[in-house]
Amino acid sequence: MPILYDIRLAISYSYSAPAGAHRTVLRMLPRDRDGQRVLRGALRVEPAEDFRRDSLDFFGNPRTELSHARPLSAVSFTFEGRLLRDAPELPLDLSCGLSELRAEIAAVHSIAPDSPHHFTGPSPRVAPDPAITAFAREATSGARSVRAIVAALSRAIHDGFAFDPAATDVATDPAQAFAQRRGVCQDFSHVMIAGLRGLGIPAGYVSGFLRTIPPEGQPPLDGVDAMHAWVRAWCGAETGWLEIDPTNDRWAGADHVTVAVGRDYGDVSPVKGALRSAGGHGTSHSVDVVPVRP
Amino acid sequence: MTAPDPDLRKLVEGYSPPNGVADELLQPDGRLRPVWRPLMRLIAQEEPEALAERFRRGDQYLHDAGVYYRQYSGSGSTERDWPLSHVPVMIGAEEWETLGAGIVQRAELLERVMADLYGPGRLVEDGHLPAEIVTRIPEWLRPMVGVPPRSGHYLHFLAFELGRAPDGQWFVLGDRTQAPSGAGFALENRMATGRVFPDVFARANVTRLAGFFRSFRDTLNGYRSQPGGRVGILTPGQHNATYYEHAYMARYLGFMLLEGDDLRVEDDRLTVRTIRGSEPVNVLWRRLDSSYADPLELNGASTLGTPGMVSALRAGAFTMVNALGSGVLEARALLAFLPRIAEELTGAPLRLPNIATWWCGQAAERAYVRDNLSRMMIGPAYSTRLPFDVDDATALGGRFRGTAHPSISDWLEAEGSQLVGQEAVTLSTTPAMIDGALVPRPMVMRVFAARTRDGWTVMPGGYARIGRTEDPTALALQDGGSVADVWIVGKDRVDPDTLAPSQTGAARYRKQGNLPSRAADNLFWMGRYVERADSAVRLLRAYHLRLQDSGLQETPLLAHVQGHLDGMGLSTERGVPEGLQELFDSAQNCAGKVRDRFSTDGWNALGDLSLSARALSRAESRGDAAARELSMLLRKLAGFAGLVHDNMYHSSGWRFLSIGRALERALQTTWLLDSFADPEAPRGSFDVAIEMGDSVMTHRRLYPVEANRDTLIDLMVLERENPRSVLYQLDRLRELEVMLPMKAEDVRMSDLARLILRTQTALSVAHPEEVTGAQLGGLRADLSAMSDELSARYLQ
Repeated sequence: MPILYDIRLAISYSYSAPAGAHRTVLRMLPRDRDGQRVLRGALRVEPAEDFRRDSLDFFGNPRTELSHARPLSAVSFTFEGRLLRDAPELPLDLSCGLSELRAEIAAVHSIAPDSPHHFTGPSPRVAPDPAITAFAREATSGARSVRAIVAALSRAIHDGFAFDPAATDVATDPAQAFAQRRGVCQDFSHVMIAGLRGLGIPAGYVSGFLRTIPPEGQPPLDGVDAMHAWVRAWCGAETGWLEIDPTNDRWAGADHVTVAVGRDYGDVSPVKGALRSAGGHGTSHSVDVVPVRP
Repeated sequence: MTAPDPDLRKLVEGYSPPNGVADELLQPDGRLRPVWRPLMRLIAQEEPEALAERFRRGDQYLHDAGVYYRQYSGSGSTERDWPLSHVPVMIGAEEWETLGAGIVQRAELLERVMADLYGPGRLVEDGHLPAEIVTRIPEWLRPMVGVPPRSGHYLHFLAFELGRAPDGQWFVLGDRTQAPSGAGFALENRMATGRVFPDVFARANVTRLAGFFRSFRDTLNGYRSQPGGRVGILTPGQHNATYYEHAYMARYLGFMLLEGDDLRVEDDRLTVRTIRGSEPVNVLWRRLDSSYADPLELNGASTLGTPGMVSALRAGAFTMVNALGSGVLEARALLAFLPRIAEELTGAPLRLPNIATWWCGQAAERAYVRDNLSRMMIGPAYSTRLPFDVDDATALGGRFRGTAHPSISDWLEAEGSQLVGQEAVTLSTTPAMIDGALVPRPMVMRVFAARTRDGWTVMPGGYARIGRTEDPTALALQDGGSVADVWIVGKDRVDPDTLAPSQTGAARYRKQGNLPSRAADNLFWMGRYVERADSAVRLLRAYHLRLQDSGLQETPLLAHVQGHLDGMGLSTERGVPEGLQELFDSAQNCAGKVRDRFSTDGWNALGDLSLSARALSRAESRGDAAARELSMLLRKLAGFAGLVHDNMYHSSGWRFLSIGRALERALQTTWLLDSFADPEAPRGSFDVAIEMGDSVMTHRRLYPVEANRDTLIDLMVLERENPRSVLYQLDRLRELEVMLPMKAEDVRMSDLARLILRTQTALSVAHPEEVTGAQLGGLRADLSAMSDELSARYLQ
């Protein structure tokens, strides 16, 4: 049953000393993809930018480049839009076993954005980590198919890690989050990506939103107040990419709205800026994802 | 037939290359190759002292030209003298032509591979290149996929590292496509070697290098899209190993030397900040690795890049030489596939093969490598290092160099796709003169190719690296060794050629472009540091002389001087305290950032100052001994000032340097007088101030009385004929300021000019007794304001 969402994402920064001329790259606009269609939406910048260009990045995510010529003491970016989400039921598990996966990957002769090859090696924020690989191997030892391995690892992270926004920040690396067994959606996703890649399963990062208030009768989810993140894994040629949310241990479904996909957070961070500011800065971030009543 | 030559025969007989290698000097039958004959005859006949004198001439050239390279070690980096091997490598023109054809074919192939990897990706789709390799190479930059180069080409300047196999064939050890260095050093090797053997060089029909650079320069200039558009060389800055070459090429070709911080992307145009405001940049010859070029879209941790550069490229705003991401072609694993790709794309085999390479991600190749361990070098597949640049993660001849793995077979099985096997190479040898004897040494040769309007052209010469020992494996080249010029020797006479305009034509003015703000800033601060050092040395000397006079006893005057020195961050523990050393280092650091705009003599003089100060700072001297050391530094400082004043071209850069000096001198003098012209200051303070101003004689001549406050103020502030007075500096500042660029917002004159003029006028009409302590304080504030205004206006 398709759901219509009204979405609002607002991210703002303030600087104690005005930041000089600067450029910003935003990845805040939800993208069209299977099961998700953006009906309308606009990105507002305050104060208004002097230059703007919208395009798609390598992975097909909408990218907005901005520049401000004058120094800023505060700036805010707000996306508001409406989007149709339709998540099909998860089919039967026809994914291959781990031993066949290597050959299935090698048989993909492509460097196009969806090719599993991009998601096997180290990426900007996720390096191979023997400790995480060992954890992943142990946590998934009973699983036969690649999809079952993915589900088992998600369960292990969900059960073994504490959701704790105070424990990490946006720069925390997976090794540290893993060592302390706590963090937020970004950390869980990075740890899971490192684990899957360690086992030889191509894995990537999805940034997006969760529905703010759960459907009636369902428990609230973790990670609704800010942008959310989950994991996509390539489960062989037949099954292709599947998405799973280790923070809430569930397959991504109609409650998950995608903004961008990449190898890790480094590819999809919503705001990248070259801020030339001497003083400190503050930031705020809010998300509303509300189903439209028919 | 040439007459038999006993000296030459003796020389050749004494030279014996190792078995099983090719030699550049001797044919396989042991006879001298004809192209070497003139040079060898000269070397054979020359007395050892005369030969040594020739070599010294070459070294002297390199020293005077300031050629250096930066060597990195665990603890930091140092500038090293240029290690020239004085005997050039000789190659016949016919052989060179064949080699050149192979290089052009390879360059064209690399362009097609690059265009495919950043375009349709068919090589992968059609199975000629595994997707895993491309996606694992860190230098394959995803943000650059689908960004067509403005010029229509991705590659414009390439280098190829070549070796000669035992069968005499040349082969490629590695393609250098990122931002190859060495062409400028090759030019300097040519200059130096030409001075070692001017007679042979003049007669030997050696092809000149200037034509190659001229056509490359003209090609880059041709890429400009607007009349005022600039061509720049993008450098990581003075801490880069080959910064000398970047500065040298900028001077030689007449391009701007730019760092990431000089550049801005305004909307989607690339501009350079100059003292006249921002100017468009149309072409960048990049000497910075791609991933550092834009912290916004590439390596976010880079501090060397320009935010938005990728965006400007996407908009087609300028031509990047070579395109960002070209380093992908340097990965070792690619060498395993290039031969087949060449056949697929061009229908012809590579004329110039590369080092045999097997990617261990494929079962058959992995097995081959495992079965031939003894003649393999196994290392990281996605590394861009040259095969002889061996790191710890490499196995050679079946043994690990560093990190231990249980066994090589297990390693290959577990990490095969991340490894390549490369055939252990045997290089040719070439003669080097070591301890008076001509001995064979292994060599590799870097050859350069540039894209011109008429296609690829190959530099007729090269940059040879000579191993330190006789070991003909590539390893000998790893730890230093030396470098040599490469002479391409033809049958026809060669006319001299240079890049300079023809000597008979009218003098032609070549506009250099406006001074980048960062360069102006460094020159300004170099001037200020040098002048601050001058004041510091004078005051320290005054202190130590008086310390000697007092029999090393504390006096009120000494305490007063010490108080002022404390304010300058200088201790009186020894003649040359740390704080003084830091001033020299700071000046040298500023100069180091503008090597393209600062003369070699000036650079050497500054380096000498810094070295002398460092040597002296280790001495624990006080009193007379300290004063002597300081006098020595003062003489060297005067020498440097003389160089700047008498020898440096009066460019806008020179103006900023001079403004820095004048402003600092005015500031130091005012500050000094504030405390030493105070009527409450201890007895003897006036004399210290006069001595600081180098004005003891002048004071005696001008004033019939002993120094008093009025004579001191008159001489040190208001006397405009005294080159150490404040008013003299203001006159100077006024003269210099007038020559700086005006800006649109200026009404008749700039705020800086107003500030200078107001202060200059006030002092011009002042009586000494009107210049009170409060007035001096106000004067200091005005001078500081001038510095701030200058910075805001030109230097940011």
